[in-house]
Amino acid sequence: MTLASTPDARLQLIGITKRYHALVANDQISLTVAPGEIHAVLGENGAGKSTLMKIIYGAVRADAGQMLWNGRQVEVASPEAARRLGIGMVFQHFSLFETLSVVENIALALEGPFNLAALAERVRSVSTQYGLPLDPGRLVHSLSVGERQRVEIVRCLLQNPQLLILDEPTSVLTPQAVQKLFETLRQLAREGVSILYISHKLHEIQSLCDRATVIRSGRVTGHAIPSQETPASLARMMIGRELPHTEMAPFTGTPHTVLQVDALSAASPDPFGTALDAVSLQVQSGEILGIAGISGNGQNELMAALSGEAPVASAAVKLEGRAIGHLDAGARRDLGLGFVPEERLGRGAVPAMSLSRNALLTAHRQGMVNYGLVSYTRAAEFARQVIARFGVKCGGEQALARSLSGGNLQKFIVGREIAQNPRLLLVSQPTWGVDVGAAAQLRQTLVDLSRQGVAILVVSEELEELFEICDRIAVLAGGRLSPPQPRAACNAEAIGLLMAGPQAA
Amino acid sequence: MHLLEPRAEPSRTLQWAAPPLAILLMLLAGSVLFLLLGRDPLEAFRVFFIQPLESGYGWSELLLKAGPLILIAEGLAIGFRARIYNIGAEGQLIFGAVCAGGVAIYAQGHEGSWTLPLMVLAGGLGGMFWGAIPALLKTRFNAEETLTTLMLTYVANFLLSWLVHIPWRDPQGMNFPQSVMFSDAELFTPLFEGSRVNTSIFMAVVAVLVFWLLVKRSFLAFRLEVGGQAPTAARYAGFSAQATVWVSLCVSGLTAGLAGVGEVAGPIGQLNLNLSPGYGYAAIIVAYLGRLHPLGIVLSGLLMALLYLGGEAAQMSLQLPAAITGLFQGMLLFFLLGADAFIENRFRFLRRAA
Repeated sequence: MTLASTPDARLQLIGITKRYHALVANDQISLTVAPGEIHAVLGENGAGKSTLMKIIYGAVRADAGQMLWNGRQVEVASPEAARRLGIGMVFQHFSLFETLSVVENIALALEGPFNLAALAERVRSVSTQYGLPLDPGRLVHSLSVGERQRVEIVRCLLQNPQLLILDEPTSVLTPQAVQKLFETLRQLAREGVSILYISHKLHEIQSLCDRATVIRSGRVTGHAIPSQETPASLARMMIGRELPHTEMAPFTGTPHTVLQVDALSAASPDPFGTALDAVSLQVQSGEILGIAGISGNGQNELMAALSGEAPVASAAVKLEGRAIGHLDAGARRDLGLGFVPEERLGRGAVPAMSLSRNALLTAHRQGMVNYGLVSYTRAAEFARQVIARFGVKCGGEQALARSLSGGNLQKFIVGREIAQNPRLLLVSQPTWGVDVGAAAQLRQTLVDLSRQGVAILVVSEELEELFEICDRIAVLAGGRLSPPQPRAACNAEAIGLLMAGPQAA
Repeated sequence: MHLLEPRAEPSRTLQWAAPPLAILLMLLAGSVLFLLLGRDPLEAFRVFFIQPLESGYGWSELLLKAGPLILIAEGLAIGFRARIYNIGAEGQLIFGAVCAGGVAIYAQGHEGSWTLPLMVLAGGLGGMFWGAIPALLKTRFNAEETLTTLMLTYVANFLLSWLVHIPWRDPQGMNFPQSVMFSDAELFTPLFEGSRVNTSIFMAVVAVLVFWLLVKRSFLAFRLEVGGQAPTAARYAGFSAQATVWVSLCVSGLTAGLAGVGEVAGPIGQLNLNLSPGYGYAAIIVAYLGRLHPLGIVLSGLLMALLYLGGEAAQMSLQLPAAITGLFQGMLLFFLLGADAFIENRFRFLRRAA
């Protein structure tokens, strides 16, 4: 394959290929980014976007292919080398020390000696120049997630990058913060900085990006000018078929209160966590209550208190009228509670155990244990049924949990909890890191389940998701819960303001 | 920054290949050692590993020593699987022996068929009690069990020492720190005429079967294993972390206490200061060398027993110091941990900065 180099391109990739054993993560990927262009790399989870970005950033070495930087062929051996070339990257998961200040964190990433006072001045000037207000002296643990992201971006900008890579940058931001970020990115682009923007959120790409390269299963499946496409046409390129729409029929049964939470207050075990402050809510049978908000505002504490991982005052949590606040997670499960936590590996599933054993983890109540002895054949049968019913792609029920992709493991965990016929299902971040197709399937599953009379409480950072599946929506900010509103009465703007909390500008 | 980085999928085959590899490396390092000491390595190995097994008596001695090692290691392995590190089995063994010895001493004169079963019961419960103290300290005060179990070993040792020096000292014992000799009704019956191996070996046999069933089929073992591998998942599923601590330490205390009974009511026949040649510590190596598997532990227990015998033979035939046994045990553990480190992790050169 011969491709002429485009002389005025900032970055050109030609035939990049990367294999991990049998899996081809990147197959002959070519990509061109012009100076000052905001270029989207669009693809589902596991499509190979992250691998490609790591190759550009020098964290992973490609097996084949060339990389041209400003028309010159380069070998990027390390992230350090990438930074020297002028490539900056803002990762999805921040790498900041919570006990250090903003400027100290930035100083750690810079090469060579530094003068903290002078650096603080530079941080201040760069941050005001790009509309990213930051106080260099503040400790990172006191910053909101949006502010932490600013630290990461400013850290990159201080090195005067010519190319900035952002990996799913908006997953933790309020709608307002997303708009601010976009303004900053557009300003950078006007100044000639090229931006590679990785996302699976179609409307963001449409509003922000000049061009898009779509990747599916490690191959480039399309080039597009996002503003000329529809979300449906982009989705088709990304997942190879139409994006299914969630069907929401009305609940036909008689609703009764399944979960009742009264003035639940609980301190956080995490020193940087958020205490719950008199949270009250009700979930009826046949409905989905959505809790919006940015992680770190009491979500973990609320779910731990409801699931029984962190027992609370007995009367604060009631399941069908029965006080269960003092019970542990196992006792609550005995009463018909199911729970899908946000961390799949290590919490929802034991990484080094098979799916069959992971079925046993919570579904042992389904006749898998007699006289203290486990029937592993029954556990395997249960796991096989979950795999078949929810279309989990895996190497069978003996596959280790950690060998599954995030989306497939999530399907397995959701399936395991649903197959136990819970009366109340708690779901935290149902589609985090799950590809678009699987996410749609999971959402439909939750809706269908609720319409069979199950009460469902969903905590999610993705507003669109909550608007798609919830009957009522409340916002958790700073440990306080806003009164739940029917979905029809909510709008993204108002919810965004509540998410930002009282201190928001 | 990291020289070793974790492997995504450590090979199972290699995990089982590690013990033989560690044994091989121990033998190699042992040869170097013998050469440095001016001994012919081949001759030394013959004395160490072959000579003890050239007679029927040698085999019976092997079983005598393998019994307590396997018994203790089976109990320890249950805890180790749950990541509860009881390294004080030696102390639990001693306390179990003290309890059983107390029964034997006070029963003297009116002993009967009930005496030995009562000693077994007292020893087992005593070991369990000694293991329950660190469990209480951990669940109540979050005290590290690795420290408390080890420290309680010294307490048990001093308790034993006080008992055999003062209240329980044999009046006819020429002032040696030891108790009276136990009577026949207070001893396990030898399996063969003239051998020291006795019916206490059946405790180890039963333990192997029980623990094998436990690990293979029980929900309890599953819960413990989840607690060890992923504590957050255990809390998610509602498996009590406190129960894990209690069960692990009580079970391993129980088996160590029973092993203590086997010693005082077996080859030792009294309470004295040398009632265990460090079985409680050696069993830790046995448990890991057997990959914490109930059947693997049988093999590793036999090997460790052979090291004890070989060490004794080397003292007699080669005039090597008694420390040779501990040295070989130490090398074995060192090479095993080393092999495991490279199976769980891969080596990476420091090419790029993080």
